Amino acid sequence: MSGEEVRRAVVRDSLGVAIATGTYGLSFGAVGVASGLDVAQTCALSLVMFTGASQFALVGVLGSGGTPLAGALTALLLGTRNTLYGLRMAPLLGYRGWRRLAAAQVLIDESTAMSVTRPDRSLARTGFLTTGLTIFALWNLTTLVGAVAGEQLGDPKDLGLDAAVGAAFLALLWPRLSTPVLRVTAVLAALVAAGAVTVTPAGVPVLVAAGVAVLVAALAPRPARQPEDAP
Amino acid sequence: MIWWAVLGAGIGCYLLKLVGLSVPARVLGNPLVARIADLIPVALLAALVTVQVLAAPEGRALTLDGRVLALGVAVLLLLARAPFLVVVFGSAVAAALVRLL
Repeated sequence: MSGEEVRRAVVRDSLGVAIATGTYGLSFGAVGVASGLDVAQTCALSLVMFTGASQFALVGVLGSGGTPLAGALTALLLGTRNTLYGLRMAPLLGYRGWRRLAAAQVLIDESTAMSVTRPDRSLARTGFLTTGLTIFALWNLTTLVGAVAGEQLGDPKDLGLDAAVGAAFLALLWPRLSTPVLRVTAVLAALVAAGAVTVTPAGVPVLVAAGVAVLVAALAPRPARQPEDAP
Repeated sequence: MIWWAVLGAGIGCYLLKLVGLSVPARVLGNPLVARIADLIPVALLAALVTVQVLAAPEGRALTLDGRVLALGVAVLLLLARAPFLVVVFGSAVAAALVRLL
Protein backbone atom coordinates (compact mmCIF):
# COMPACT_ATOMS: atom_id res chain seq x y z
CA MET A 1 0.00 0.00 0.00
CA SER A 2 1.19 3.53 -0.72
CA GLY A 3 1.46 6.08 2.10
CA GLU A 4 -1.80 7.70 1.07
CA GLU A 5 -3.64 4.36 1.03
CA VAL A 6 -2.31 3.50 4.48
CA ARG A 7 -3.52 6.85 5.78
CA ARG A 8 -6.97 6.32 4.28
CA ALA A 9 -7.18 2.88 5.88
CA VAL A 10 -6.35 4.40 9.28
CA VAL A 11 -9.05 7.05 8.80
CA ARG A 12 -11.58 4.44 7.74
CA ASP A 13 -10.90 2.15 10.71
CA SER A 14 -10.95 5.09 13.12
CA LEU A 15 -14.26 6.35 11.77
CA GLY A 16 -15.80 2.89 12.15
CA VAL A 17 -14.84 2.70 15.83
CA ALA A 18 -15.79 6.33 16.41
CA ILE A 19 -19.26 6.09 14.90
CA ALA A 20 -20.06 2.92 16.84
CA THR A 21 -18.82 4.45 20.10
CA GLY A 22 -20.20 7.95 19.60
CA THR A 23 -23.75 6.66 19.55
CA TYR A 24 -23.43 5.25 23.12
CA GLY A 25 -24.13 8.86 24.08
CA LEU A 26 -27.82 8.10 23.47
CA SER A 27 -27.84 5.68 26.40
CA PHE A 28 -25.77 8.01 28.57
CA GLY A 29 -28.16 10.92 27.95
CA ALA A 30 -31.21 8.80 28.76
CA VAL A 31 -29.59 7.31 31.88
CA GLY A 32 -28.36 10.75 33.02
CA VAL A 33 -31.82 12.30 33.22
CA ALA A 34 -33.25 9.05 34.59
CA SER A 35 -30.75 9.34 37.47
CA GLY A 36 -32.02 12.77 38.45
CA LEU A 37 -29.70 15.12 36.57
CA ASP A 38 -31.23 17.76 34.32
CA VAL A 39 -30.47 17.98 30.62
CA ALA A 40 -27.85 20.73 31.11
CA GLN A 41 -25.96 18.75 33.77
CA THR A 42 -26.04 15.61 31.64
CA CYS A 43 -24.70 17.50 28.61
CA ALA A 44 -22.07 19.28 30.73
CA LEU A 45 -20.68 15.89 31.76
CA SER A 46 -20.25 14.84 28.15
CA LEU A 47 -18.60 18.16 27.24
CA VAL A 48 -16.26 18.58 30.21
CA MET A 49 -15.65 15.08 31.62
CA PHE A 50 -15.83 13.25 28.26
CA THR A 51 -14.86 9.77 29.41
CA GLY A 52 -17.77 7.35 29.29
CA ALA A 53 -17.17 5.04 32.25
CA SER A 54 -16.62 7.98 34.62
CA GLN A 55 -19.76 9.69 33.36
CA PHE A 56 -21.87 6.56 33.83
CA ALA A 57 -20.32 6.12 37.29
CA LEU A 58 -21.19 9.63 38.45
CA VAL A 59 -24.82 9.41 37.36
CA GLY A 60 -25.11 5.79 38.56
CA VAL A 61 -23.92 6.64 42.07
CA LEU A 62 -26.20 9.70 42.23
CA GLY A 63 -29.14 7.73 40.85
CA SER A 64 -28.78 5.03 43.49
CA GLY A 65 -28.81 7.58 46.30
CA GLY A 66 -25.08 8.23 46.77
CA THR A 67 -23.75 11.68 47.62
CA PRO A 68 -22.34 13.96 44.90
CA LEU A 69 -18.93 13.60 46.59
CA ALA A 70 -19.02 9.78 46.38
CA GLY A 71 -20.09 10.05 42.73
CA ALA A 72 -17.30 12.50 41.93
CA LEU A 73 -14.64 10.35 43.64
CA THR A 74 -15.77 7.23 41.76
CA ALA A 75 -15.63 9.14 38.46
CA LEU A 76 -12.13 10.43 39.23
CA LEU A 77 -10.83 6.96 40.20
CA LEU A 78 -12.12 5.56 36.91
CA GLY A 79 -10.52 8.51 35.11
CA THR A 80 -7.04 7.56 36.31
CA ARG A 81 -6.71 5.02 33.50
CA ASN A 82 -6.63 7.92 31.03
CA THR A 83 -3.47 9.13 32.81
CA LEU A 84 -1.81 5.82 31.92
CA TYR A 85 -2.95 6.15 28.31
CA GLY A 86 -1.39 9.63 28.30
CA LEU A 87 1.94 8.32 29.53
CA ARG A 88 2.01 5.79 26.70
CA MET A 89 0.74 8.22 24.05
CA ALA A 90 2.84 11.30 24.89
CA PRO A 91 6.06 10.25 23.10
CA LEU A 92 4.10 8.85 20.17
CA LEU A 93 1.95 11.95 19.57
CA GLY A 94 4.60 14.53 20.53
CA TYR A 95 2.12 17.37 21.10
CA ARG A 96 3.24 20.58 22.85
CA GLY A 97 1.59 23.82 23.98
CA TRP A 98 -2.05 24.41 23.07
CA ARG A 99 -2.14 21.28 20.92
CA ARG A 100 -1.40 19.20 24.00
CA LEU A 101 -4.10 21.02 26.01
CA ALA A 102 -6.64 20.26 23.27
CA ALA A 103 -5.47 16.69 22.64
CA ALA A 104 -5.84 15.85 26.34
CA GLN A 105 -9.61 16.27 26.15
CA VAL A 106 -9.99 13.54 23.52
CA LEU A 107 -7.54 11.13 25.21
CA ILE A 108 -9.90 8.21 25.88
CA ASP A 109 -10.03 4.41 25.50
CA GLU A 110 -10.87 4.41 21.80
CA SER A 111 -8.58 7.21 20.57
CA THR A 112 -5.69 5.48 22.37
CA ALA A 113 -6.56 2.07 20.92
CA MET A 114 -6.78 3.42 17.35
CA SER A 115 -3.44 5.22 17.64
CA VAL A 116 -1.08 3.29 19.90
CA THR A 117 -0.19 0.60 17.35
CA ARG A 118 0.66 2.95 14.46
CA PRO A 119 4.21 2.76 13.10
CA ASP A 120 4.95 6.50 13.02
CA ARG A 121 3.88 9.82 14.54
CA SER A 122 1.93 11.05 11.56
CA LEU A 123 -0.28 7.94 11.37
CA ALA A 124 -0.62 7.88 15.16
CA ARG A 125 -1.91 11.45 15.11
CA THR A 126 -4.29 10.62 12.25
CA GLY A 127 -5.79 7.70 14.19
CA PHE A 128 -5.92 9.65 17.45
CA LEU A 129 -7.54 12.80 16.04
CA THR A 130 -9.96 11.07 13.67
CA THR A 131 -11.23 8.81 16.46
CA GLY A 132 -11.14 11.37 19.29
CA LEU A 133 -12.74 14.31 17.46
CA THR A 134 -15.43 12.21 15.77
CA ILE A 135 -16.42 10.60 19.07
CA PHE A 136 -16.39 13.99 20.81
CA ALA A 137 -18.80 15.47 18.27
CA LEU A 138 -21.12 12.43 18.14
CA TRP A 139 -21.02 11.75 21.88
CA ASN A 140 -22.13 15.27 22.75
CA LEU A 141 -24.81 15.31 20.07
CA THR A 142 -26.26 11.93 21.05
CA THR A 143 -26.08 12.79 24.77
CA LEU A 144 -28.33 15.79 24.09
CA VAL A 145 -30.73 13.68 22.01
CA GLY A 146 -30.82 10.91 24.65
CA ALA A 147 -31.32 13.36 27.52
CA VAL A 148 -34.14 15.28 25.83
CA ALA A 149 -35.82 12.04 24.74
CA GLY A 150 -35.40 10.52 28.21
CA GLU A 151 -37.00 13.56 29.78
CA GLN A 152 -40.01 13.39 27.44
CA LEU A 153 -40.56 9.67 27.92
CA GLY A 154 -41.86 9.74 31.46
CA ASP A 155 -40.95 7.70 34.55
CA PRO A 156 -37.56 6.02 33.98
CA LYS A 157 -38.63 3.06 36.12
CA ASP A 158 -41.51 2.25 33.78
CA LEU A 159 -39.02 2.25 30.91
CA GLY A 160 -36.57 0.02 32.75
CA LEU A 161 -33.85 2.64 32.43
CA ASP A 162 -32.77 2.20 36.06
CA ALA A 163 -32.02 -1.45 35.26
CA ALA A 164 -30.14 -0.43 32.11
CA VAL A 165 -27.43 1.30 34.19
CA GLY A 166 -26.20 -2.06 35.47
CA ALA A 167 -26.17 -3.38 31.90
CA ALA A 168 -24.10 -0.36 30.79
CA PHE A 169 -21.50 -1.02 33.49
CA LEU A 170 -21.39 -4.71 32.59
CA ALA A 171 -20.91 -3.88 28.90
CA LEU A 172 -18.01 -1.57 29.83
CA LEU A 173 -16.53 -4.25 32.11
CA TRP A 174 -16.93 -7.23 29.75
CA PRO A 175 -14.03 -6.59 27.31
CA ARG A 176 -11.66 -5.87 30.23
CA LEU A 177 -11.94 -9.37 31.76
CA SER A 178 -9.10 -10.67 29.62
CA THR A 179 -6.87 -12.37 32.24
CA PRO A 180 -7.52 -14.57 35.32
CA VAL A 181 -6.20 -11.83 37.64
CA LEU A 182 -8.67 -9.34 36.17
CA ARG A 183 -11.56 -11.82 36.50
CA VAL A 184 -10.67 -12.60 40.12
CA THR A 185 -10.46 -8.87 40.82
CA ALA A 186 -13.93 -8.35 39.35
CA VAL A 187 -15.51 -11.15 41.41
CA LEU A 188 -13.84 -10.02 44.66
CA ALA A 189 -14.83 -6.39 44.05
CA ALA A 190 -18.43 -7.43 43.41
CA LEU A 191 -18.52 -9.46 46.65
CA VAL A 192 -16.93 -6.66 48.69
CA ALA A 193 -19.33 -4.11 47.25
CA ALA A 194 -22.34 -6.36 47.98
CA GLY A 195 -21.18 -6.76 51.57
CA ALA A 196 -20.51 -3.06 51.97
CA VAL A 197 -24.01 -2.16 50.73
CA THR A 198 -25.47 -3.43 54.00
CA VAL A 199 -23.18 -1.43 56.28
CA THR A 200 -22.23 1.81 54.50
CA PRO A 201 -24.19 4.70 52.95
CA ALA A 202 -24.98 4.55 49.21
CA GLY A 203 -22.01 5.38 47.01
CA VAL A 204 -19.41 4.18 49.51
CA PRO A 205 -19.48 0.44 48.56
CA VAL A 206 -18.01 1.22 45.14
CA LEU A 207 -15.16 3.21 46.68
CA VAL A 208 -14.48 0.41 49.18
CA ALA A 209 -14.22 -2.01 46.26
CA ALA A 210 -11.35 0.07 44.84
CA GLY A 211 -9.37 -1.34 47.77
CA VAL A 212 -9.67 -4.76 46.14
CA ALA A 213 -7.62 -3.46 43.22
CA VAL A 214 -4.89 -2.35 45.63
CA LEU A 215 -4.89 -5.67 47.50
CA VAL A 216 -4.86 -7.85 44.38
CA ALA A 217 -2.10 -5.75 42.82
CA ALA A 218 0.00 -6.16 45.95
CA LEU A 219 -0.65 -9.86 46.55
CA ALA A 220 -1.16 -11.55 43.15
CA PRO A 221 1.79 -13.25 41.50
CA ARG A 222 3.09 -10.81 38.96
CA PRO A 223 3.18 -11.89 35.33
CA ALA A 224 5.52 -10.08 32.98
CA ARG A 225 3.61 -7.01 31.80
CA GLN A 226 2.87 -7.16 28.12
CA PRO A 227 3.68 -3.80 26.54
CA GLU A 228 1.07 -4.29 23.82
CA ASP A 229 -1.91 -5.03 26.08
CA ALA A 230 -4.96 -3.29 24.70
CA PRO A 231 -6.13 -0.15 26.52
CA MET B 1 -24.28 20.30 44.87
CA ILE B 2 -24.83 18.25 41.73
CA TRP B 3 -23.34 21.03 39.62
CA TRP B 4 -20.24 21.06 41.84
CA ALA B 5 -19.82 17.30 41.39
CA VAL B 6 -20.38 17.56 37.61
CA LEU B 7 -17.89 20.37 37.08
CA GLY B 8 -15.39 19.37 39.77
CA ALA B 9 -15.15 15.75 38.63
CA GLY B 10 -15.30 16.84 34.97
CA ILE B 11 -12.35 19.21 35.29
CA GLY B 12 -10.55 16.65 37.47
CA CYS B 13 -10.94 13.99 34.77
CA TYR B 14 -9.56 16.43 32.17
CA LEU B 15 -6.54 17.14 34.38
CA LEU B 16 -5.93 13.39 34.80
CA LYS B 17 -5.68 13.12 31.01
CA LEU B 18 -3.43 16.20 30.75
CA VAL B 19 -1.07 14.94 33.47
CA GLY B 20 -0.61 11.71 31.53
CA LEU B 21 0.39 13.60 28.39
CA SER B 22 2.65 15.97 30.34
CA VAL B 23 4.74 14.16 32.95
CA PRO B 24 7.76 11.99 32.11
CA ALA B 25 6.79 8.30 32.04
CA ARG B 26 9.21 7.42 34.87
CA VAL B 27 7.20 9.52 37.36
CA LEU B 28 4.42 6.94 37.35
CA GLY B 29 6.69 4.06 36.39
CA ASN B 30 6.45 2.28 39.76
CA PRO B 31 5.27 -1.25 38.84
CA LEU B 32 2.90 -1.50 41.80
CA VAL B 33 1.22 1.80 40.88
CA ALA B 34 0.88 0.62 37.29
CA ARG B 35 -0.68 -2.69 38.41
CA ILE B 36 -3.15 -0.95 40.72
CA ALA B 37 -4.12 1.44 37.93
CA ASP B 38 -4.69 -1.54 35.61
CA LEU B 39 -7.02 -3.21 38.11
CA ILE B 40 -8.98 -0.18 39.33
CA PRO B 41 -11.35 0.10 36.34
CA VAL B 42 -12.25 -3.60 36.62
CA ALA B 43 -12.81 -3.42 40.40
CA LEU B 44 -14.92 -0.26 40.18
CA LEU B 45 -17.02 -1.42 37.23
CA ALA B 46 -17.69 -4.79 38.89
CA ALA B 47 -18.73 -2.99 42.09
CA LEU B 48 -20.94 -0.60 40.13
CA VAL B 49 -22.71 -3.51 38.42
CA THR B 50 -23.34 -5.16 41.80
CA VAL B 51 -24.63 -2.03 43.52
CA GLN B 52 -26.82 -1.00 40.58
CA VAL B 53 -28.44 -4.42 40.38
CA LEU B 54 -28.58 -5.66 43.99
CA ALA B 55 -28.79 -2.63 46.33
CA ALA B 56 -32.31 -2.05 47.63
CA PRO B 57 -33.69 1.34 46.52
CA GLU B 58 -34.25 2.33 50.17
CA GLY B 59 -30.61 1.58 50.97
CA ARG B 60 -28.45 -0.61 53.26
CA ALA B 61 -29.88 -3.94 52.05
CA LEU B 62 -29.65 -6.28 49.08
CA THR B 63 -32.70 -7.24 47.09
CA LEU B 64 -33.57 -9.40 44.09
CA ASP B 65 -35.99 -7.83 41.62
CA GLY B 66 -36.44 -7.19 37.90
CA ARG B 67 -32.98 -5.64 37.69
CA VAL B 68 -31.34 -9.07 38.13
CA LEU B 69 -33.33 -10.45 35.24
CA ALA B 70 -32.40 -7.39 33.17
CA LEU B 71 -28.73 -8.06 33.93
CA GLY B 72 -29.18 -11.69 32.87
CA VAL B 73 -30.52 -10.45 29.55
CA ALA B 74 -27.46 -8.18 29.27
CA VAL B 75 -25.17 -11.18 29.85
CA LEU B 76 -26.91 -13.15 27.10
CA LEU B 77 -26.64 -10.20 24.71
CA LEU B 78 -22.94 -9.75 25.53
CA LEU B 79 -22.33 -13.49 24.95
CA ALA B 80 -24.05 -13.04 21.57
CA ARG B 81 -21.63 -10.14 20.88
CA ALA B 82 -24.43 -7.59 20.60
CA PRO B 83 -23.35 -3.94 20.30
CA PHE B 84 -23.31 -1.70 23.39
CA LEU B 85 -26.58 0.10 22.66
CA VAL B 86 -28.43 -3.17 22.07
CA VAL B 87 -27.16 -4.51 25.40
CA VAL B 88 -28.22 -1.40 27.33
CA PHE B 89 -31.62 -0.84 25.77
CA GLY B 90 -32.35 -4.58 25.49
CA SER B 91 -31.80 -4.82 29.23
CA ALA B 92 -34.09 -1.82 29.82
CA VAL B 93 -36.83 -3.41 27.73
CA ALA B 94 -36.51 -6.64 29.75
CA ALA B 95 -36.91 -4.74 33.03
CA ALA B 96 -39.88 -2.78 31.70
CA LEU B 97 -41.59 -5.98 30.51
CA VAL B 98 -41.06 -7.73 33.86
CA ARG B 99 -42.66 -4.80 35.64
CA LEU B 100 -45.66 -4.88 33.33
CA LEU B 101 -46.36 -8.50 34.22
